Amino acid sequence: MLDHTPPAPKPEDRIAGGAHTPRIHDSAARHVGGSAVYIDDAAEPAGLLHVCLGLGERAHARLVSVDLGPVRSTEGVVAVFTAADVPGVNEISSSHRGDEPMLAEDTVSYLGQPIFAVAALTRDAARRAARLAVIAYEDLAPVLTYREARADGKLVWPPMTLARGDADTVLAEAPGIVRGRMAIGGQEHFYLEGQIALAIPGEDDEVTVHTSTQHPSEAQALVAKVLGTVNSAVTAEVRRMGGGFGGKESQSNLFACVAALVAKKTGRAAKIRPDRDDDMVITGKRHDFEVDYLVGHTSDGKILAVDMQLAARCGWAADLSGPVTDRALFHADNCYHYPAVHLTSRPYRTNTQSNTAFRGFGGPQGMVAAERVIEEVAYACGLDPLEVRKRNFYGTETDNVTPYHQTISDNCIRDLVAKLEVDCDYAARRAALHAANETSPVIKRGIALTPVKFGISFTSTAYNQAGALVHIYNDGSVGLNHGGTEMGQGLYVKVAQVVAEEFQIDADRVRITATTTGKVPNTSATAASSGADLNGMAARAAAQTLKGRLVAFAAEAWSVAPETVLFLPNRVRVGNQEIAWGELIHKAYLARIQLSATGFYKTPTIHWDRDAGRGHPFYYFAYGAACVQAAVDTLTGEYRIERADILHDCGRSLNPAVDRGQIEGGFIQGLGWLTTEELWWDGAGRLRTHAPSTYKIPACGDRPRIFNVALYENENREETIYRSKAVGEPPLMLGIAGLHALSDAVASVAGHRHCPRLDAPATPERVLDAVDRMRALAHHAPSAQP
Amino acid sequence: MRHAIRFLLGHEARTIEACDPTLTVLDWLRGSERLIGTKEGCNEGDCGACTVVVVRPEGPPGAERLRYCTVDACITFLGMLDGCQILTVEHLRGADGSLHPVQRLMVEEHGSQCGFCTPGFVMSLFAMTKDLPAATGDVWASASPIDDALAGNLCRCTGYAPIVRAAERALAAPEADAFDAAHDTTLARLLALRDDETVAVSGPKGRFLAPATTGALVDLVAEHPGATIVAGATDVALWVTKGLRVLDPVIWLGRVRDLATIAETPQGLRIGAGVTLAAAGAALAKLHPDLGELFRRHGAAQTRNAGTLGGNIANGSPIGDAAPALIALGATLHLASRTGTRDLPLEDFFVAYGRQDRAADEIVTGVTVPPLPAGARLAVYKVSKRFDEDISAVLGAFRLTLDAGRIREARIAYGGMAGTPKRAAQGEAALVGQPLDATVIPAFKAALARDFTPLSDMRASAAYRLKVAGNLIERLIHEAGPGAPETRLAAIGALAHA
Repeated sequence: MLDHTPPAPKPEDRIAGGAHTPRIHDSAARHVGGSAVYIDDAAEPAGLLHVCLGLGERAHARLVSVDLGPVRSTEGVVAVFTAADVPGVNEISSSHRGDEPMLAEDTVSYLGQPIFAVAALTRDAARRAARLAVIAYEDLAPVLTYREARADGKLVWPPMTLARGDADTVLAEAPGIVRGRMAIGGQEHFYLEGQIALAIPGEDDEVTVHTSTQHPSEAQALVAKVLGTVNSAVTAEVRRMGGGFGGKESQSNLFACVAALVAKKTGRAAKIRPDRDDDMVITGKRHDFEVDYLVGHTSDGKILAVDMQLAARCGWAADLSGPVTDRALFHADNCYHYPAVHLTSRPYRTNTQSNTAFRGFGGPQGMVAAERVIEEVAYACGLDPLEVRKRNFYGTETDNVTPYHQTISDNCIRDLVAKLEVDCDYAARRAALHAANETSPVIKRGIALTPVKFGISFTSTAYNQAGALVHIYNDGSVGLNHGGTEMGQGLYVKVAQVVAEEFQIDADRVRITATTTGKVPNTSATAASSGADLNGMAARAAAQTLKGRLVAFAAEAWSVAPETVLFLPNRVRVGNQEIAWGELIHKAYLARIQLSATGFYKTPTIHWDRDAGRGHPFYYFAYGAACVQAAVDTLTGEYRIERADILHDCGRSLNPAVDRGQIEGGFIQGLGWLTTEELWWDGAGRLRTHAPSTYKIPACGDRPRIFNVALYENENREETIYRSKAVGEPPLMLGIAGLHALSDAVASVAGHRHCPRLDAPATPERVLDAVDRMRALAHHAPSAQP
Repeated sequence: MRHAIRFLLGHEARTIEACDPTLTVLDWLRGSERLIGTKEGCNEGDCGACTVVVVRPEGPPGAERLRYCTVDACITFLGMLDGCQILTVEHLRGADGSLHPVQRLMVEEHGSQCGFCTPGFVMSLFAMTKDLPAATGDVWASASPIDDALAGNLCRCTGYAPIVRAAERALAAPEADAFDAAHDTTLARLLALRDDETVAVSGPKGRFLAPATTGALVDLVAEHPGATIVAGATDVALWVTKGLRVLDPVIWLGRVRDLATIAETPQGLRIGAGVTLAAAGAALAKLHPDLGELFRRHGAAQTRNAGTLGGNIANGSPIGDAAPALIALGATLHLASRTGTRDLPLEDFFVAYGRQDRAADEIVTGVTVPPLPAGARLAVYKVSKRFDEDISAVLGAFRLTLDAGRIREARIAYGGMAGTPKRAAQGEAALVGQPLDATVIPAFKAALARDFTPLSDMRASAAYRLKVAGNLIERLIHEAGPGAPETRLAAIGALAHA
């Protein structure tokens, strides 16, 4: 049933915008015309109140007194609310761990924690009033750094261990051993549309919340919890987000809940749109990590055993830190077979923003650690890191069991890397660049080719389900709704293409409607790259239900065998006659055929036992590889990413244009994470990089001037939607090649004899420090190697 | 006195008789006008989501042409639109509703994903197709005009590749549009808005005053000791959008035409305080390509089109990029008040962090940049975390005058190394009388450590700043020496591999 068997029309007889075609984003014309409506753009309800949060000014302190008198007496202020005003439960932990008050109660646990909400007639009045609270603190010792976290020892989640073989024994006997520590910085999402929610009170306990969220069902549930009501009283809706990247998976809940609280307490519509600075100070980011690694290897670059501890600063609350740090472990192998392995996580509680989901969800940090291990082995053995990579790739028949005991059955990395290596002329370019470095005193160039293997599925098995709702109206137009949210990734257009393909109607006959808990309930976050996989299948199921009814109707009405009813482009063949789609639908309506159906999908085969560290958590893997060339200024540490060549596996792409956009955008976002995007807290725990003036995401000029992107032909072996593969997150990790290209350039300062141990983000300052370390090593330890 | 602001919103004449002095164009567009295509991304002029195009007549009388300049609506006060046409993304569609060519190309190239930054990109692309130098902030002989036109627009989704593809097509095959057809009409309408009246409008939060002559300006400054003097507002607007300060009155000098002139004088190039960073950069680029490169990386097109050289100096920032370069060049600052004028060497203007040698009733009127002396070698190096649209960690400016192979005079100034832009007195002394070669490096670096005690902050550590400041002399020596090794990763024109 799941096999996709499209009719084989002549080239000119195809629907417009079917599956596998590069259809433009459904909102593209509205985006460029400025008519795409985001929440702040919608017409404002009469009497709207604007809400601003009052933030704590200490990293860790007891609230001795909170005087909100000056706030209340500010002109334009209508109401001020604290935790004491919450009618339900003042708790919004997305992981149900009970450690995340919506508004602080007796302590603040990070600098920027919301303490109260002020509602005013204008946004300006609310912002001014929020700064006027008089708060007395009794400081408590904050935990900000890894050193402090290790000493404090508090975790937000029980750590996970993945182990296979006897790593200790193998390490003790290994001919080569490398030990080190790598710092990997966090990342601000910097969605261009900041957090926002607009709540409109309804009758009795009802409320509708327009919220820029990747997870409407969770917003619904937490609003109900805060208001002390049931989920069915709350509707959460989102048409589109101006970017999400994981930053609106759980971090959006605070704003939805606060807006709903104000709306229900005042009886007026309430909108909260924090200023960018507040947004960045309040919300969590990608976790920064410190990874301690111990690697045993042979002299020819074969890894024998790996022991890693991955510590993360999770921030003040658990949020999604358990699954994030778990996924870091799941990806600390990347594409490499570790014969013996022992991996543990340390999800530390710290007095900083509560770190959260971010494209890759911990996977990127694990993968960066894996690539450091490769690099260490390469320098220890005097080999090209790419050669070490290839020597340690997972096999297809043997050496194909992961540290979590899942057997990899779809491994294509060896072939994919081989193709890219040839296409980008890696070996010759590497030799030429290294030779040119010899005579270039200031600018040094480097090149690196790194692979990606990313596991697809939520590791929380229950999340791997989706629902859809498809209506055919009696004029033949189609309404499509599903649980996935649109944040720019092109999910809506992809799912619409699926429905168009199933019905064999032009995609512009499928109207895409806003995601709302009122239409499809109990949805999962649009996350883990799962949007198209899950919702595409659910929508297809709904369409197939409707097709079944239409076939039965046509067979009966025209007295033909059901097998002779075929869906051709924009028409249906019934026996030996063809009927236009619209006509068939109208006839079906008159015959009282139900033209609305739900669809449902759950991912098969997956299971996971966290305590045992065993299972089959991923339905399949997405693969890719990037080769990056970089130039480094050894006097300032500044650098340019000059060229990138990418080959990426999208399975049989649902939409090659959208997928290419995910690859290009993900790569640059990953590159930004590992280069110029630096989060910097001062000694008091105040985030000082809280705006684009201080936090530097890649600009247009930072993209590589030569940027070749190709899709790897590779039909998904699993029965995913039309054999495509998920593409949201995996390309981000292609950016790791950029870090290693910089490292390769730095290594040239000391003749490629020492591992530069370049930490991330590799800001110009860190690069210059690494250059100077290399210079010192070159000076002190001259080697015989030319 | 004129008690109204007059401008064109699209092709519609607007007269505003009452408004707060610091009402931003963005809030006005989205609030009063319900033109919601222009987005707020950061509220500080760094992301470009609010990019709009301001159209002004430029050129000698009788030969004016319309100039299309991008600015950030979030840091532009409404009164600053006086005499202009403002275009937002809503104005680009044709009368029949069809997409403008740049909009169509963005669609065809899949240039939008989440779409939130898209209107800003569309406006930057639109301005680029109208007037490339204006759209890039007058970047001189840019090696990468598209990057320069888009440096002030951040996109988090696409990685820029499809947007650049759209931009390349737009530049390769420009298409005439309705704005070209309406050029002469629009020009005539804007010229008709010109007058020499002082504009004064007010709202509940205060007064906005915009004199048209220097004489009227110094009078207003004398009469309103508490006034905030605003040129491009690229810094002052943040006092409002982030600091929530109430400024009353605001005196805007954007209408003072005699402050917006550049003149060749016997002492050098005199640049009025009201000259935009874009225009100042274009003029200074002719003096030396390093100055062009410095201004190319000064903010982005939107802020160079709004911000002024005078404002960049007058606000006294230790990291305002123009000052160290101009100090190294030996520039003279001009001030004026109702009681007279005063000149001083630029370096003497910066007294201490946040304090300048300017009396309450004085205004900066301009700066004169002398020509390079014979035998002088100029180098200006900006070091920042990100190449484009970033504030310097360190900026080093060197003017070394050589005589028979030895350094006769050294003027070296740094930004980012102290509470003010500051000369490296000890560093200069270490060089004078020495040959310009590697032998001077150790002494120069040691001297810098006596000159400066930089701070550590989110941009860089003190140690990095000091190290890089010293290393810059190595770059200069490489560039001055034989062999011409590659020394720069970012630079315009022939400097790229100088």
